[in-house]
Amino acid sequence: MAEIQNSSVVKVNDLHFSYPDGHVALRSVSFNLCPGDKVALVGPNGAGKSTLMLHLNGILGGKGDIEVGGIRLTRDNLPVIRAMVGLVFQNPDDQLFSPTVFEDVAFGPLHMGLPEAEVIDRVGKALEAVRMSAYRDRLSHHLSVGEKKRIAIATVLSMDPKILILDEPSAGLDPRARRTLINLLRELPITMLISTHDMAMVKELFPRTIVMDDGRIVADAKTRDILEDEQLLKEHGLEKP
Amino acid sequence: MHADAFDRYHHGHSPLHSLDPRVKVIVTIAFILSNALLPDGAWIAFLLAWLFIIFATGVSGLGAGFTFKRSFIAFPFALAAITVLFSIPGNPVTSFHFLMWDLTITDAGLLRFVSIVIRSWLSVQMAILLVAVTEFPKVIHALTHLRVPAIITVIISFLYRYLFVLTDEVMRMLRARQSRSAAAEGVRSGGSVAWRAQTAGHMAGQLFLRSYERSDRIYNAMLSRGYKGELMTIHPHHFHRSDLVTGGLSILALVLMQIAGRS
Repeated sequence: MAEIQNSSVVKVNDLHFSYPDGHVALRSVSFNLCPGDKVALVGPNGAGKSTLMLHLNGILGGKGDIEVGGIRLTRDNLPVIRAMVGLVFQNPDDQLFSPTVFEDVAFGPLHMGLPEAEVIDRVGKALEAVRMSAYRDRLSHHLSVGEKKRIAIATVLSMDPKILILDEPSAGLDPRARRTLINLLRELPITMLISTHDMAMVKELFPRTIVMDDGRIVADAKTRDILEDEQLLKEHGLEKP
Repeated sequence: MHADAFDRYHHGHSPLHSLDPRVKVIVTIAFILSNALLPDGAWIAFLLAWLFIIFATGVSGLGAGFTFKRSFIAFPFALAAITVLFSIPGNPVTSFHFLMWDLTITDAGLLRFVSIVIRSWLSVQMAILLVAVTEFPKVIHALTHLRVPAIITVIISFLYRYLFVLTDEVMRMLRARQSRSAAAEGVRSGGSVAWRAQTAGHMAGQLFLRSYERSDRIYNAMLSRGYKGELMTIHPHHFHRSDLVTGGLSILALVLMQIAGRS
């Protein structure tokens, strides 16, 4: 996909979405992600963060324009889009659905139609990237939460995505597992959009922050500036770490 | 919190552990089939089959009594065959009155019943041995290689993966209920049976709803990684000469059992 080098990896323009029960989840959401951006997505529960994430690879389809890697998301190019967007769900037990770690990490590349040798190679590299090479043949249900989270990230890294999207990656982790995860996210040389309530991690890891509340983007600025704006933080139920 | 109650795999390094899973599955199925095909009262063949199991268990390094100890789980199911005691025509052995029936056990019925119990007892031991020396995902891979339809192997593998998650969920719910099943001092607590049944019913319903929602999230996770309706897997297994030899010898042993059972 070298030919689609564009100025933004993800471009969302005027996105609206309501759930079938009438609940309005997204109201005119627009933003851009540039290559190499590491962006935090914060806001109270029910602000629409997860809903927005599910739009970026076309699991949900609202009204508005989404471009990934310069390609406009439509029903026909979903497979291509999904190969570019590595979406990791909050609960690793939902993300890891195969009996063994190997099968889970191989799932994405296999479904992209890659040859077996390349699949095995990518599984090795993805596990290496999250420092879990020794867990290749382990059974998923025997892993700790921290281990599951890292494997969950490997399951999308193996697809070689252009952007990594994580839903509350540090939730439920003990301090050591959280530290390992933060170091891992810092080292990964890939564009990421990460939804979280962990403001300490936001401060440490993400130069840019998007604040959502009630289906709207209420702020999109440098993390430093957002954390200084006490009025904004208070209004949207956030705290300075 | 981990529910490992269903994991029957016992880690080891025996030749049986390292045998190709396909060979193990084939031999197990052939063994069960062979048992089913043995005529009633083929005592020598039954004995040979038992020796086969004892030998295999010995090789597995799990201890000779390993499968024997666990085999009694099959007896309640074998009791389903109890009607053959009375329903096969033959010479009466004994008669008795049970509730409103006069029942007569015949010699042919007894022979059939004992044979069925032995057959199922032997077969169950072999299956116990198979899952004790083979990691479950490998059993599923073997089934895939043996051309078992994908829909069945996929259902089994999801079942295996989420049985643990569901059991954890149930355990959490039970603990939450226990934690709130308190009593005020001097008051009889617990409520009526109907009320308790209702609580249990709500918990079952809750579990169903949670599982249903989870299935939705899992499906989304699958879609996100390119799932298009057809599940693809990759299981590189290497077939060694020793696998072929072990498989061949086992099948030969089964053929000998059949001959012994029919002569």
